[in-house]
Amino acid sequence: MTSAPPEQESYVVARAMPAIISAPPKRNAMMRTLRRHPTMWLGGTLLALVAIMAIFAPIISTSDPSAMNPAVRVQPPSAEAWFGTDMLGRDIFARSVYGARVSLIVGIGVALFATIVGMIIGLTAGFVRWADGIIMRIMDGMMSIPAILLAIALMTLMRGGSVMNVILAITIAEIPRVARLTRSAVLSVRELTYVEAAVACGTSKLGIIRLHILPNTVAPITVQATYICASAMITEAILSFIGAGLPTSIPSWGNIMAEGRALWQVKPNIVFFPAIFLSVTVLAVNLLGDGLRDAVDPRLAKRV
Amino acid sequence: MTKPEGSETSHPLVELRDLVKYFPIHGGLLGRQVGAVKAVDGVSFEVNAGETLSLVGESGCGKSTVGRCVARLLDLTSGELRLDGERIDGLPQSNLKPFRKRLNIVFQDPFSSLNPRMNVEALISEPLRSHGIVPGRAERRARVAQLLDTVGLSADIMDRMPHQFSGGQRQRICIARALSSEPDFIVCDEAVSALDVSVQAQIINLLMRLQADLGLAILFISHDLAVVEHLSDRVAVMYLGRIMEIADRDQLFAAPAHPYTKALLSAVPLPDPSVRQKRVILKGEVPSPIDPPSGCPFRTRCPIANDICAQIRPELVEHTPGQSVACHFPG
Repeated sequence: MTSAPPEQESYVVARAMPAIISAPPKRNAMMRTLRRHPTMWLGGTLLALVAIMAIFAPIISTSDPSAMNPAVRVQPPSAEAWFGTDMLGRDIFARSVYGARVSLIVGIGVALFATIVGMIIGLTAGFVRWADGIIMRIMDGMMSIPAILLAIALMTLMRGGSVMNVILAITIAEIPRVARLTRSAVLSVRELTYVEAAVACGTSKLGIIRLHILPNTVAPITVQATYICASAMITEAILSFIGAGLPTSIPSWGNIMAEGRALWQVKPNIVFFPAIFLSVTVLAVNLLGDGLRDAVDPRLAKRV
Repeated sequence: MTKPEGSETSHPLVELRDLVKYFPIHGGLLGRQVGAVKAVDGVSFEVNAGETLSLVGESGCGKSTVGRCVARLLDLTSGELRLDGERIDGLPQSNLKPFRKRLNIVFQDPFSSLNPRMNVEALISEPLRSHGIVPGRAERRARVAQLLDTVGLSADIMDRMPHQFSGGQRQRICIARALSSEPDFIVCDEAVSALDVSVQAQIINLLMRLQADLGLAILFISHDLAVVEHLSDRVAVMYLGRIMEIADRDQLFAAPAHPYTKALLSAVPLPDPSVRQKRVILKGEVPSPIDPPSGCPFRTRCPIANDICAQIRPELVEHTPGQSVACHFPG
């Protein structure tokens, strides 16, 4: 290496460089990751199908999901009503297709809100030492109540079965899990040498959170978010099934099953079809989450 | 940052007076403080512009703690830290930005000191961005290219990620990052210890060249005496949180005055197998810094320790010009 010329007015570290500065490269890592992780691929495809069904529900379903027709109630599957009809003569196929909307909105909504709020709480706990004890004890208290019980209690408090209320109730119940995970990730990352190096480089506290802490904690939290999405779908179905969630005017897989419960032994189709939809959707989300986890942390994949 | 008038002559660049750093130990149900690890207990030295001061000692003697305190990554328990005569030990972290621009640190492990999710450009330009030195993206890339050239790396690696590099290359990236805000003082905390010997030599030569070109002052923390002898102007020997001996390099290696320094130097392997040297073998273990011995900290292992060593702690006093020793029986 040649050294810098000795005489300089300003403090220049090296001789000037020719303009060989290339543009940042484009990434095609997304497709490669998908190909390498078949579970992610399968989960993603199934979930995409459910999403298409939810978006195009009015086109796909053959009839109005709320239209009652007592003359043809509790029918077995037929050409007119593919999945049969329930006790009020409503088309179960139409209701199941519309039910996908509720499940997806609740699942994604809860995953999104719980992650955002949980991350903010977790970052605060991990960074503000005096607040840590207080915040985490509150989170522990919330976690000591089973999520489904807490959600039922919150639904009772809110006195009204709307999709927004269901999302809110389940979100509150799921927040502690995200907060706990974020806090532990922050605590382990903030002790790393590169954070110390960033302090030495004069980077501000917010800059350190944004540049160093968040990007290195976001991976496990994204994986956690998919699991929260799956569990929120189940919780919503349970709430609607026991009557604490959505009224039957908004078809949800949970309340369709609730209506078929009494007739389960004679007319299993009423329960069967929404149950299959729910299982497949939850399975799809979990597969996607597993694939994501494997892509994010290959060491974990081998262990499981 | 403008330097005060006449500062070049009247003050050393960095001055440390009686640095004390205790790490409290909490115990019991209520987490009360039950003791303290006396990691550094009264260390003073100064580093002049363009000079390399090496800090040597066994592991656990507090040399890295000194480095981290000087870089203000740890708060001082007590003591004074001056940069160009200006006290910076009491400043809160939020007021340290001008100081951070002038001082940076290179860590031991080049694998953990680079954020795995940032590319080389983002890593090296971090000080540029946080100090607002180079505003535009294009100018920043040009500056990063310059810095990469300075540390002997090609400018077209700018968009690569840290995991694509070897340890030596990563350490060069760390050095480039430390240099990017044009500091005049760098702390190298065991900066070559984690590297292969051949790579060590390259990095040491790089540091020496940078020092010659840029007039950098370096605090070089190491346990490798051969490396220290190669690149230092002055050497400070630490033991159990205190400086035992501080001297000009040649003086220290030719005529060590402290028994601990003698023992350390006799442990350095010589390249000539026909030369038989007298080894000074120390007995016992390093005492715990939680409960250090009374008087001289080295007395429990010292071959010439006396009654007075247990009672009076020897101060660091000038033994010969350019050589200060903390021992009752130097020489």
